[in-house]
Amino acid sequence: MAVRRTIVGISSPRELEEALRAAYYLADEGLSTAAYLALALGKPLLLEGAPGVGKTEAAKAIAGVLGRTLLRLQCYEGIDAAAALYEWNFPRQMLALRQQGDGADHVDIYRDEFLIERPMLACLRRPEDTVLLIDEIDRSDHEFEAFLLEFLSDFQISIPERGAIRAHERPVVILTSNRTRELHEALRRRCVYHWIEYPAPEREMRIIMMRASGVAERAARAVVAAVGRLRREPLAKHPGISEAVEWAQAATLLNQQGARWPDAFRRSLGVVLKDEDDLVHIAPRIDAILQEAQV
Amino acid sequence: MIEPARPIAHFLAFTAMLRGAGFAVAPEQTIAWLAAIELLGPAEVNDVRRAARATLAPPPERFAEFDALFDAHFLGALHPAETAQPSDEAPLQAAEEGAGGLEPIFGEETRESGARATPAERLSARHFEAESEDLTLRRFARALPARVPRRRGYRWRPSRGGPTADARRMFRDAMRNAGEFVKLRRRRRRLRQRRIIVFVDISGSMKERTQSHLAFAHALTRAAATVEVFTIGTRLTRITRTLRRRNRAQALATASLLVADWDGGTRIGDALNAFLAVPRFSALARGAALVVLSDGLERGDPAAMGEAVARFSRIAWRTVWLTPLAGDPGFAPRTAGLSAARPFLDELGDGGSLAGICSHVLNLAKVRAV
Repeated sequence: MAVRRTIVGISSPRELEEALRAAYYLADEGLSTAAYLALALGKPLLLEGAPGVGKTEAAKAIAGVLGRTLLRLQCYEGIDAAAALYEWNFPRQMLALRQQGDGADHVDIYRDEFLIERPMLACLRRPEDTVLLIDEIDRSDHEFEAFLLEFLSDFQISIPERGAIRAHERPVVILTSNRTRELHEALRRRCVYHWIEYPAPEREMRIIMMRASGVAERAARAVVAAVGRLRREPLAKHPGISEAVEWAQAATLLNQQGARWPDAFRRSLGVVLKDEDDLVHIAPRIDAILQEAQV
Repeated sequence: MIEPARPIAHFLAFTAMLRGAGFAVAPEQTIAWLAAIELLGPAEVNDVRRAARATLAPPPERFAEFDALFDAHFLGALHPAETAQPSDEAPLQAAEEGAGGLEPIFGEETRESGARATPAERLSARHFEAESEDLTLRRFARALPARVPRRRGYRWRPSRGGPTADARRMFRDAMRNAGEFVKLRRRRRRLRQRRIIVFVDISGSMKERTQSHLAFAHALTRAAATVEVFTIGTRLTRITRTLRRRNRAQALATASLLVADWDGGTRIGDALNAFLAVPRFSALARGAALVVLSDGLERGDPAAMGEAVARFSRIAWRTVWLTPLAGDPGFAPRTAGLSAARPFLDELGDGGSLAGICSHVLNLAKVRAV
């Protein structure tokens, strides 16, 4: 197993954590350790967690730290090779043949200029300056998962007209899943795994202060407490970190326009809860929750 | 053979211990873990733990168990007997229960609940008195092939009315015609049947229905391409292969020899967990339609049943529970097991009559899971 101890000057989880902080992402020790190990061991990083805990953000921040372009492949039910790997540009091929006419010169229509790169192929061809993010794999179907398995173990794909294309170094690949279904054991096995929890109150507060501009510490603390409380309620969709940030920002805005604090939070509740049933469930409890959060 | 160096042996012993407790740890994961420890330096035990979590990838719901084993192995070295034992024993016991082999339970409650189900039985019997069970099943088998739940496959096939142009084929054709497109070709995704997995409850409380449920399972197995049938009672038995026989009487007779826990107690939770614990079985459930024919009267731990159904709901495409008790209009899932499982079911329906079950299965494809 090829191990790279130092990547862009980072040689320990702690240093990675600091670099991520400079990229405006506050990672906990578990995440920075997993991410560092994935980079050092040259394995894909699999991030799982509830929606809105910052999985995609983590990938963006890691790409930022490495100074590489992030190639994002959003998965969906029915995703296929044409969307993930490559496609031939048929109209251009046709045009090239037409232009050639009856002339003597032979046109190779399988040259690069006729190939439309999709994220996975792009990543294989330029592993040194890209990070591949395969987002929400749990949405794809299991044939695609099986196909990923092959890709992730060899970092090689084959194009029938061109032969196999192999990455000349191990690319950085980050996979995320909301765990709406369980991923295949074989896929988990190939990756370095991290389960992202909702952040601890103290950390979530720092995230809000960092992400939202002009939010007072008191407001941030109240949002964290209230959101933490909402996450314990039986809701269809629990508020994620970005919802918490937006809530703090929205309430601050309303407050600046003259609304009193608890009222500003109550009026901007639509930023946090985006499901009719959830709003109905919370409506009778919101005053108690806000009071508890000491708004 | 090369003896592993002493410190490594200690780490390897941990992965062996994990396997013993039912965690899936592949050799490549062990190698990655050792490489990670080398990278981080083994001085700090929490680094070793984080590296273990990242590389050995225990499922999130077993983190606590994983940590307990870790503590027992790496921190509890002073009192290995005290710390290791309880955490070691728990999974073993569960495996034993899951594997069955326990005495069938003939409890009074079991009989009582059977009696409670009787009015519903009479009610539904009237429904299909007009046509015999045999006719219902034959009609079901005829209707099924057109209505099995399907999923889009990964591969494309040429299709005249397909949704997208088949550029590759058109292009090939054009080559033959001196670069002229003659015909618009289209393609669509190939459809594949979703596997249907049926769990038939054969415990004492379901006694009156077992026969017709198995007859239904037989008809289903014969009519659809990919079906798996298991019986659950105090243990889990796979009877798919015997049900593939054409002759129903013969198939059921062979199946009855295979199953050892007829009319016994019910440990649905344990049986379902046993199913999930066998990788080659749980792989069957991936993306499948799951049908449980049971009254949900659980003698085991209702929490285990809820947990098993929750796991199924994450693996399977749809999870449907058909209980004969639902034939009663005032039915609500009151038993502890069923109410624990309820939030994870896509559908809790009436399994009171054979016709009802058949129509539920025929309509599996209609309602899409969100």
